[in-house]
Formats: sequence, structure tokens, C-alpha cells
Amino acid sequence: MIFYVIRRLLAAIPTLLAVLTLVFVIVRIVPGDPAVAILGDRATPDAVAAMQHRLGLDKPVWAQYLDFMGHSLRGDFGTSMVTGRPILQDVGAVLPHTMDLTIASMLVGTLLGVPAGVVAALHRNRWIDVTARMLSLVGLSFPVFVSGVFMLLAFALHWRLFPVIGNANLDDPIDRLDKLVLPALTLGITMAAYITRVTRSSMLQVLGEDYMRTARAKGVPWRRVVWRHGLRNAGLPVVTVVGLYVGILIGNSVLTEIVFNRPGLGKIIVGALNQRDYTMLQGLMTIYCFLIVVVNLVTDLTYGLIDPRVKQA
Amino acid sequence: MTTPILEVSGLTKHFTVVKGFPRPVKTIVKAVDGVDFSVAPGEAFGLVGESGCGKSTVARAAMRLIEPDGGTVRFAGQDVRAAGAAGLIALRRRMQIVFQDPYSSLNPRRTIGRTLIEPLEVHGLARGAAARDQAAALLEEVGLPPAALGRYPHEFSGGQRQRIGIARALTLRPELIVADEPVSALDVSVQAQVLLLLKDLQRRRGLAFVFVSHDLSVIRWFCARVAVMYLGRIVEEGTVAEVFARPRHPYTAMLRDASPIPDPSRRGVLPRVVGEIPSAAAPPPGCHFHPRCPRATEVCRVEYPRFHTAARHGVACHHPLEASSPNT
Amino acid sequence: MRRFVKRMMANPTTSIGVVLCALIVLAAVLAPYISPFDPLDQNIIDKLKPPSTTYWLGTDAYGRDVLSRVLWGARISLVVSVASIGAALLVGGAIGMVSGYVGGRVDLFIMQVMDVLLSFPSLILGLIVVALLGPELVNLIFAISLTAVAPFARIARAPVLSLKERAFVEAGRALGFSHIRVLFVHILPNILSEVLVMASLWMATAVRTEASLSFIGLGVKPPIATWGGMMRDGFDAILDAPWLSIFPGIAILMLVLGLNMVGDGLRDATDPKLSGS
Ligand SMILES: Nc1ncnc2c1ncn2[C@@H]1O[C@H](COP(=O)(O)OP(=O)(O)O)[C@@H](O)[C@H]1O
Ligand SMILES: [Mg+2]
Repeated sequence: MIFYVIRRLLAAIPTLLAVLTLVFVIVRIVPGDPAVAILGDRATPDAVAAMQHRLGLDKPVWAQYLDFMGHSLRGDFGTSMVTGRPILQDVGAVLPHTMDLTIASMLVGTLLGVPAGVVAALHRNRWIDVTARMLSLVGLSFPVFVSGVFMLLAFALHWRLFPVIGNANLDDPIDRLDKLVLPALTLGITMAAYITRVTRSSMLQVLGEDYMRTARAKGVPWRRVVWRHGLRNAGLPVVTVVGLYVGILIGNSVLTEIVFNRPGLGKIIVGALNQRDYTMLQGLMTIYCFLIVVVNLVTDLTYGLIDPRVKQA
Repeated sequence: MTTPILEVSGLTKHFTVVKGFPRPVKTIVKAVDGVDFSVAPGEAFGLVGESGCGKSTVARAAMRLIEPDGGTVRFAGQDVRAAGAAGLIALRRRMQIVFQDPYSSLNPRRTIGRTLIEPLEVHGLARGAAARDQAAALLEEVGLPPAALGRYPHEFSGGQRQRIGIARALTLRPELIVADEPVSALDVSVQAQVLLLLKDLQRRRGLAFVFVSHDLSVIRWFCARVAVMYLGRIVEEGTVAEVFARPRHPYTAMLRDASPIPDPSRRGVLPRVVGEIPSAAAPPPGCHFHPRCPRATEVCRVEYPRFHTAARHGVACHHPLEASSPNT
Repeated sequence: MRRFVKRMMANPTTSIGVVLCALIVLAAVLAPYISPFDPLDQNIIDKLKPPSTTYWLGTDAYGRDVLSRVLWGARISLVVSVASIGAALLVGGAIGMVSGYVGGRVDLFIMQVMDVLLSFPSLILGLIVVALLGPELVNLIFAISLTAVAPFARIARAPVLSLKERAFVEAGRALGFSHIRVLFVHILPNILSEVLVMASLWMATAVRTEASLSFIGLGVKPPIATWGGMMRDGFDAILDAPWLSIFPGIAILMLVLGLNMVGDGLRDATDPKLSGS
């Protein structure tokens, strides 16, 4: 197990380096000069040169690359070109909102998705299964901004159950929860749709395995067999998918934050796009990539914890 | 003596296998470790040995389907290993291969017709209706109706598929066919029919064969000469009559005693020979066979025996069984 | 083939999916003939009108007919998704096939690069690429195909790994066929169905991504009608004119759902083992 953890940690390093390199390349392939883009076409050559110096663009590319890698690996993601504040500070300020949303939506997704998938698998091809499949297909066909807007129209504007504006007062738990319900549902339902599908199909696979039939033949109550052995083994693919889902979750949470006007990484990124804040974009991209590499690592390790076979490998 | 159609000398192929964590261990599998033999035009040459001894690797390396690591291969006097891309393509027209598994050897998504016509077209030998006619004729030659041209492989039985595989090998009118266990995967009842077909083709077309099998009785029936392989090397070679009637290597004797029935239609599968088959990754020092050999002595444990030939019957053994003919 | 179509259509989900997709394709193709109004025509007098007999789906803040814009918007969604997934399929598929066929270090390296691409959040990647290159149709197609190359490479590679070990590949080599011929004439047909199933599911994702980018304001430039862009306009007027958001939303949902249903049906039809899973 120790070897497994070490190996995975070591394997994550080249991935992280490669991801950071790709961020660098992508931001660098901008057609045109970022300094000109910031200052406008009519800037004097001196001003452009000064801006290039400020951005470090006057250095050779490899030096820029080494600077970028060195800073990123030390957790320094740069400062915003527009506000001059460290990017981590801006991100830190909205982090509680983003965490609220992420955790709440994951709860909704798992609590809805896992039972729905298990029940569907147990009643394969009966009406309950057909309904669950249909609903999950609809669920994952909804772009979140569409479901978000529909939620807003129905629950905030038509029935007026929840507020439209999402900037919650973090010190007021009631307010915080009130403004979390709709966004978390929006994001969570899409996630539940994915989880239902994966749980269902991996559960079906597990139900066909010999040890399930053996356990049943031994007289263990079926319900216990399902929840003990079945769920445990069906859990593996689910963990993987949740790991893979992070990329989608990030995109979806950006859209959700925009729809519900919540403070968060999504709003920061859109703001940076509008203001052509290149350093901010690069920093955010780097942070996202760190996040994804870490989540993949955690997923793999969890997988190893659940699945005894992985440990020996 | 005419030039051999195929002449292999010193052929080697080593595989490197890396396994393990945290310290990966590199093992070198000496699948083929210095193999010499030659095949005369129109001759059926057998290669026999237990599974894993490197027969298939010899077959593939001789055709350069995998690159050999060392040695020379000559086809009708031409150096196969030195051939460039164009030369190799020309050579491949003249030697073809028939595989063991009739299921994986045909592309499931192509009709039999396309499978047989494609080589003709790629090599510019025939196209259109002419190619179709040739393909139909080939099918007839291997005992299948021309209607099979429009069918897919899954519509045929294992024996029929093997016939199609043989027809494909014949499309380019080769002079040599390497048959890698061509009947081992077939039902016993079908094996005889396919063997008879191959024998018939050999006579009619004057084909030379390198016939690979782990099955002595098949070799005995089909081949004129045979080489016995053990862990990547040839340990005995000679005419089938000589080798099987008076084997000189204890390993050959062991194989023969385990498979006594000469009639291919009544033959069972080669039974397990005494002792474990050692791995080609870690062959024992000295003579590879010594741990299983009843005649082994001290010298066998330290020195690999030289291959020496007497009266066209060669053996690599320190203590060969009695000479194959009294006047040597 | 006919049996394949039959098995596919026997599944009601697939039939519904095909109908949904067909409707959208028809709308896109026939938009110039069936639209009651010009999608770009502004009419200050009739702005923000709710659905009526004249304007079946109402009008927007510039007095443009929502129905006509929804019909025309189908074109952008279809063009972007077909072109981007087509490009991703060709490029990613070829990369994956070659990588799996060649194997060894080359394969290891290429797949590592693909993993890196995969670990980018796709919407963010698309967003940044479009923002950097400018909101043009081509750039949108490029950005979306970039996010789909890696998955196609993986899907194409996996079956090649086992197919290349089959004896028919070696037989082809023995017959003097080039690697290119073996890979693209012999192996390709064997992986095509899996890749096409993926393509229809990824088309759904592409439609969603295009709409999302347009919603954020990074889609094809206004005044051209796009569903995501219409949702954005509707969102700005959400308090006064909910129909502006509802109808393009339903259109997006129809297309994405249709594509997902077709993809599911295709998968079940190509692999009966997986049926209903
Ligand atoms: N591609 C390969 N990589 C590593 N080892 C191989 C490979 N092909 C064959 N071997 C090894 O080489 C030895 C000989 O294999 P093979 O020629 O297939 O034997 P045979 O055909 O006599 O059964 C075996 O030990 C086998 O495991
Ligand atoms: Mg073999």
C-alpha cells in the first residue's frame, strides 16, 4: 500500500509539470502582444515597453517559462494585472462560497444518484428502472445554465420560494443556506444523473458475480448482500467517475455561479476575460489544474483503499 | 545439391521483459538462441518441441515478421535481413505463413472475397473480374465453393476458416509456406482433412514447408526432415525416419516415447514429458536439458554440448544414444 | 446492416432520439423557408411581446421574432457540433490508433500528453481558447474540438491494442501490406462502431459547450442567432420576458437529449451485451 501511494505520488509529478507547461503554452499562443492588448492600440512605445517589463515579457521565453514554473510550484500564482492584488487573495475571498456550492452539490448528487442507481439495477427493466434511466438521461442532457435559468424562473420568480440574488452573508447561516439551495440543486441534479447511470451499470455487473449468488445461497438476507457486498464493489467505478467528473463540475459551477449571481471562481474568471486580465487567467488556470491533479490523485488513492487488489500491484 | 530455398543460420531473438516495482527487474528471454537449419525446394521440414521452446519465434523471425537480433536468413540465396522495403515485399510474395488460430487470423469485418482479392490487387497481379476468378479458383483448390467469396468469416467453421487462411497464403503463388501449428487448434476429426489438403498442395504446387508443431505424429506424417527444439536451440536434426526411429538425443527419445502412434487420425495430444519445462528466461547452465535428463553427468551441468553431425543426423549432446547408423 | 437499424429502432428511446434530432435538423435546413420573419429584423414597436398568434414564441428586446431565431439558431448549434466533433474524431482517432498500433515509448508519451489534455476542465479550456483567439465560428469549432481530441484518442486506442495482436494483422504484414494499409484498411473498420457511438454522445457535449460559451458571451458574435446567446439575452430580461429564456432552453434540451438517446441506442445496438446498462 505504501508503495502504491508513493508510486501514485511520483506519477502525479510529471503530469503536474506537463499540465503547467500546457497552461504556459496556451496563454503564450495569444495572437498579438498582451501589453498592447491591455494598454490599447494608441499606447506609446515607451508605455508598451514598460508594461512588457512589468509582465516579464521582455525576458526570453525560456526564462519566462522557468519563472512561471518556479513560482507556480511554490504556490505563487501571480498577481492580477488589473487590480494588482495577489490572485490567491482574490480566490481566497470567494473560496467559502465555492466550497459551499461544491460540497452541497456533491451531497445532492450522491444522495440522489447512488440510491437511484441501486434501486434501478435491482429492478432491471421494470418501470422504476425505465423511469430512472429516462430521468438521468434528461438530467445529463440539461446544460446547467439552462436548468439553472429554469429553476430560477420556477422557484425564485414564479413561486418566490428562494431569493434571486446569490451574494450570501457568510456569517448568517440561514441566509447562506437559503441562497445555496437552488444553485446546489442545479449542480447536484446533473451530478446525480451521472452517478445514477454509473451506479446502475456497475451494480448490474456486480449482481451477476458469483460471490453475490454464493452469499445469497448461504442464507445471508438479500438486502444485506446488496448493501454490503454489492455496493462496496459497485463503489469502485463510481469513485472513478466522480474523479473524472471534476472537470465537468468545474465548468458547471462557473455557469451556476453566473446564473445565480454568486461570488466565486466563475465570476472571477468571467471578469478576467472581460478585462483581458492575462495574469489572472493564467493564475486561475494553474489553480484549476492543480486542483484536478490533486483530485485525480485522491480518487486513485481512494480506489486503492477500497479495492484490495490494487495494493499488491 | 541444389541451393536451399530457406537457409537459417545463427538466428537469435531475445525478448526483454521488464516487471516489478519499486525496482523494475529486467529479464531477457532467449526465445531463439542460435538456430541453424535449411529447407530444400519442395521439401517439408518440421520443427518440433514443447510449447514455449521458441518455434513460433523462429517462424516469425525467419519471415521478418519480427526483427531477429542476430544470424542470417537466406531465401533462395537472397539475404532476407539485408532486404530493403521493396526487396522485402518481393520476398514476401515468395514465402507465406499459415497461422494456428483460424479465428483471429481472419478479419471479421471483411468478406472472404475481399481477403483473397486484396493481396492480388496490392501486388498488381490481377484486378477486377480476373482477381475474382483467381480468388474463386483458390477457394476451389482448398475445397470451398466459390459462393463463399461473399460471406464473412463468422459464417464458417474452424476447419473451413483454416482452409480460407491457406487459400490466402496461396494468393501470391509462394514457393515456401511457414505453417505455425496449422492444425493444432482444430477438432481432431478436421485435422486429418486439413493435413491431407496441405500434403496435396505441396505435391501439386511443389511447395516447400516449414511445418511447426508440438505434435510428433503430425510431423512424422507430414515432413521429410525434422529439427527438435529445446529452449531456443535445436538439439537434434535429421530425416524423420532416422530421428524418430533411432533418436540420439535423450529429449527426442522422451518425446517419442510419449507419443507412440504414427497414424494422425488416431493420435492423442502430446502427453506431459517427465519433469518441469524450465523457463527460457532462466535456462539452466550447461546443457539446458540436464535437469530432466536420465543420462546427465557432471560435464552436462557446466558445458553446453557442441552440435555435431554424422551421416546427416545431427545432435547436441554429451552422451548421445547409440549411433544412428553402424558405419559412423 | 438492416438488422442493425432494426435492432436500434426497436428501442423506443432511440426512436424518440432520432425523431428529436431529425426535427432539429429539419429546422436548421428549412429555416430560410419556414421562418415567419427574418431572424435579424428589428421591430422597435413590437419589442418584448409575449407569445401570440403573430409571434408564436414572442419577441425579444429588439423586437426580433423568437421562433425565427430559434429556427436559425439550430444551424449554429449543428454546424459547430458536427464540425468540431468531426475534427476531434479525425485527429483524436488517428492519434489514438497510431499510438496504440506503434506502442512502446511513443504510445506512453502520446497517452501522457492526452492525459494532460484530459485533466483540463473542458469548459474553462474552451473559454480561454475562444477568449484568446476571438469569438469567431472557426475558433469556436477549434476550441471545442480541442477539448474532445483526448477522449477520442483514448477510445480509438484501446481496441487497437488488442486488435493488433490478432493474427490477421500479422497475415497482412506477411502479404506485404504497409502499416498504413493494415491500420486504416484492416483495423479501422473493427473499431469504427465504438468510435461512432462516442461521436454521437460527444456531439451532445459539443452542443452543450457551444451553448454555454455563447451564454457566457463567447459564442458567435451577435446579432447572429445562437441558442446560448438567446438564453443570455433572455437572462438579462428574465424578470419581464421569461419566454426569451424558455424557448431556446427547450431547443437546446431537445437536441442534446436527442443526441444522447441516439448515442445510447447505438451503443446498445452495436454491443448487445451492454443492453440497457
Ligand atoms: N513478444 C514477446 N515478448 C516477450 N516474450 C515473448 C514474446 N513472444 C514470445 N515470447 C517468449 O518466448 C518464448 C518462446 O515463445 P514461442 O516462440 O511462442 O514458443 P512456441 O511457439 O514454441 O510455443 C516463450 O517463453 C515466450 O514466453
Ligand atoms: Mg507457438
